[in-house]
Amino acid sequence: MSVAVTHQTQPANGYLATLLAGHLSAPSPTSHKGTMRGQCIAPPVLTALQVAAAERVSALNVPSTRDEEWRFTDISLLTKLSFQPVVAESTLQLADIARFTIAEAGARLVFVDGVYAPHLSHTEQAEGVTVANLAHPLEKSAAHTDVRIATYLGQLAEYKNNVFAALNTACMSDAALILLARDTAVRQPIHLLFIASKQGGVSYPRCLIRAEAGSKATVVEDYVSLQDEAYFTNTVSEFSLADNAHVHHVRVQREGMNAFHIANCAVTLARGSHYQSVSVAMGARISRYNLNVLQAAEGGECTVDGLALISERQLADTHTCIDHAKPHGISRQLHKCIIGGSAHAVFNGKVMVRPGAQRVDSQQTNRNLLLTNRAQVDTKPQLEIFADDVKCTHGATVSQLDGEEIFYLQSRGLTDVVARNLLTYAFGAEILERIPVASLKHQLEQTVLEQAGLKQSGLEQMK
Amino acid sequence: MIIQDSKVLLEVRGLRASVNGTEVLKGVDFTVRYGEVHAIMGPNGSGKSTFSKVLAGHKAYEITGGSVLFDGKDLFALEPEERARAGVFLAFQYPIEIPGVGNGQFLRLAYNTLQTRRGHEELDPLEFDDFVREKMKLLEMNPDFLDRSVNEGFSGGEKKRNEILQMAILEPRLAILDETDSGLDIDALRIVAQGVNHLTNKNNATIMVTHYQRLLNYIVPDFVHVMEAGRIIKSGGKELAQELESRGYDWIQPDLDVNSQPKATARIVA
Ligand SMILES: Nc1ncnc2c1ncn2[C@@H]1O[C@H](COP(=O)(O)OP(=O)(O)OP(=O)(O)O)[C@@H](O)[C@H]1O
Ligand SMILES: [Mg+2]
Repeated sequence: MSVAVTHQTQPANGYLATLLAGHLSAPSPTSHKGTMRGQCIAPPVLTALQVAAAERVSALNVPSTRDEEWRFTDISLLTKLSFQPVVAESTLQLADIARFTIAEAGARLVFVDGVYAPHLSHTEQAEGVTVANLAHPLEKSAAHTDVRIATYLGQLAEYKNNVFAALNTACMSDAALILLARDTAVRQPIHLLFIASKQGGVSYPRCLIRAEAGSKATVVEDYVSLQDEAYFTNTVSEFSLADNAHVHHVRVQREGMNAFHIANCAVTLARGSHYQSVSVAMGARISRYNLNVLQAAEGGECTVDGLALISERQLADTHTCIDHAKPHGISRQLHKCIIGGSAHAVFNGKVMVRPGAQRVDSQQTNRNLLLTNRAQVDTKPQLEIFADDVKCTHGATVSQLDGEEIFYLQSRGLTDVVARNLLTYAFGAEILERIPVASLKHQLEQTVLEQAGLKQSGLEQMK
Repeated sequence: MIIQDSKVLLEVRGLRASVNGTEVLKGVDFTVRYGEVHAIMGPNGSGKSTFSKVLAGHKAYEITGGSVLFDGKDLFALEPEERARAGVFLAFQYPIEIPGVGNGQFLRLAYNTLQTRRGHEELDPLEFDDFVREKMKLLEMNPDFLDRSVNEGFSGGEKKRNEILQMAILEPRLAILDETDSGLDIDALRIVAQGVNHLTNKNNATIMVTHYQRLLNYIVPDFVHVMEAGRIIKSGGKELAQELESRGYDWIQPDLDVNSQPKATARIVA
């Protein structure tokens, strides 16, 4: 990230501007924890990490479109607004969030405006599985757990040169923690639900997932909103998979339409481990998702699929980096964008094959569907290959709905609008079908149908 | 079948149409009555598919003259989907593939849309499944084709069969089959032809575009027309097709009354 950004252009009352200019130091973990959550005692490991991160926050600038990594994503709007952290525990009841719950889920951790909501959550401390709020000391073998957390927390997601990751790290308090012991398979999906309820609020959701050797689980990371005004979600997730672990990661970004959502996710894969992810972005005024997958040992495998479905004036930016550091790695990526209105999608997909990482097999495809003449996409696949015995393919397409396809459907009795929506839906369904949680898949399909105005057309019976 | 005093289903008068500024149809006159089966033959590029697509409502073609009445109403006042709902069906010469749209789901959506318009009950997925499987049996189609995307990866012959499956499901009043026979193997041709014959009755009519007599052995036309350079230049009975098969198109003397008495074109051998 370049440091050429000037502060002068940003109003002094902007939350980020103020924060970055050093007028408002990042809340320290102790002061940030209000008395309302007096029982939450941060594990001691947090302090040093947070101090280090806070230092980086002061040193770094907010990125602008002059930074290569942010060339197409103008976040000046975000820097102009001011946001307040929420410290009060939520008064929401289960009924208020029922529509977001997932029937198949076993454990569920709910965070409202970043604050853990125990009364809405369902933790798990079963044999070999921990699903809990990180800020709560874990009753059993706490010391042992602390050491493990210290090994991974803040160690996977790079924050030294990433101002948002640094900010999240400096400000985090409650966080979702999933620990899977060796050879433990969790059948029911684990639901991490982040709810935004306050206008003008800022929250720092944080997730840490450590899957020991041979363990297996499905994690749903889900961002939702109960209101439509502006707020800011700045999230960091870290996944560490030990040898032969298998984690399915479903990420759903369905924030309010005026939200700002900036997310960093870092994944590290040990030998023979398998990370499979589907990420769906349909909310937020401006969203940015950075996903970095490091194949740190031989024989890692990752599938990284994504769908951005945006309209009106939304901007959805997905930056992924798959780093094949070791031989015999496999990666598969299909990223699709459906862009309506005067929305703008950005895809930057880097695949890196390091020297000596022979026999890597990588496929990346980016397909974009523009629904209007004002819709816009910037796509940049990047292959950086430093090994000679590899199989890497990539490709990107930008298209509009096909007139012949529309006519074909019309000639069978479907209206122009239904035909268009059916084709749009079909384009996105290819990704939604990959979500391994049936009810969530269904829910999202319905949302897409609704958005496409297909609810009344009889198409909902298709499901 | 030719039925005495049968009502006119389709009446085309002096139809002219252009695509990208080039006039392709140059005054087509054509009349179809309920119950009749018509064959349109003619050299490549003479305008047969254009004529078919103009009737179905394809936007690429600009109507520059003439009129088309369907069941007495102006066909050009209707959108493509309204024509389909009114009972016009085109089996495409080149059916397109629609990745991501399930064939079975598409068929049900189309069927239920038309049922609703006709004031009938919709079928739920299970009922429709039974219904469509019956129709598939008629065409000796494997039910697996329901689970695939519309036409995606279908062989040429399979696509044609899928078109006729749609015809069987939608039960149109006017079926226009544009070279449905091309790409079908000998057995498939017989099966598809039997399917079409099964569907024709006194309450509908069929227009078949074909290059070969072979199809007409199975689906016997009441009338055969020759289209050339955007006009019907000759009309006759089924024996005209045999003559074309053996002699080609060069010998044809255009019917004298083609322009002067357009109404008579489909009736001269009646
Ligand atoms: N979209 C189009 N753009 C340009 N020319 C077109 C278009 N559609 C049709 N034509 C031209 O119109 C003429 C008639 O084409 P059409 O497809 O109707 O012929 P046809 O009689 O069906 O031929 P065939 O027997 O080969 O199927 C051809 O010269 C064709 O090139
Ligand atoms: Mg043709």
